[in-house]
Amino acid sequence: MLKVTAFIAGLLFGLGLLLAGMANPSKVLAFLDLAGAWDPSLALVMGGAIAVAIGPLTWARRHARSLLGAPMQFPAKREWTGA
Amino acid sequence: MTVDWLNFTPWSSLAGGALIGLAASLFAVGNGRIAGISGLIGSLLQRGGEGVSEKALFLLGLLVAPLLWGLFAALPAIEFQSGGLGLIVAGVLVGVGTRYGSGCTSGHGVCGLSRLSPRSMVATVCFMASGFLTVFVLRHLLGV
Repeated sequence: MLKVTAFIAGLLFGLGLLLAGMANPSKVLAFLDLAGAWDPSLALVMGGAIAVAIGPLTWARRHARSLLGAPMQFPAKREWTGA
Repeated sequence: MTVDWLNFTPWSSLAGGALIGLAASLFAVGNGRIAGISGLIGSLLQRGGEGVSEKALFLLGLLVAPLLWGLFAALPAIEFQSGGLGLIVAGVLVGVGTRYGSGCTSGHGVCGLSRLSPRSMVATVCFMASGFLTVFVLRHLLGV
């Protein structure tokens, strides 16, 4: 089951990138070009992704095991100091 | 600053982002893992890593996505703005940067920000700022 969800998650991620237009390097560059003809699309991609993921990831952060019983493999380090 | 309204795609980008968020949620809630593309690829290149099949299947799904898309609709155009050498240099810089910074747009920008990780907020601000700066210098100062 973990293998199935891993594959589906990757598939959804890829379809999302395509739909968002982010498979095109020029569109990503157009977001980074503040002084040119600026395309704010990438900000909406991140905003849309975070809006959906913030609830489930908060749940995941507070649990030791996933819904399928796998251990949570989240990075322990959250701070940027003391590497 | 001028917004390029002609190429701005608010709805499809928002919907695509939501799909990415759904994918990251499924991987976290189901598999207990962070959907960070650079981290997944990097850990597959290390010997003796754990969860190899799950990580490989996630990446396989990512690669199958355009094939599936192509069955139902025309794939969106992909335009590169530099040649082979530029892409190799860029790829190496992305590789070193994501290893050194422990993540990329997916791991830090989507998953990290979604779990309110301070480290990811710093990383996201830094790589975005350096992206803005690099494009400004290359396009507007050097005219590449």
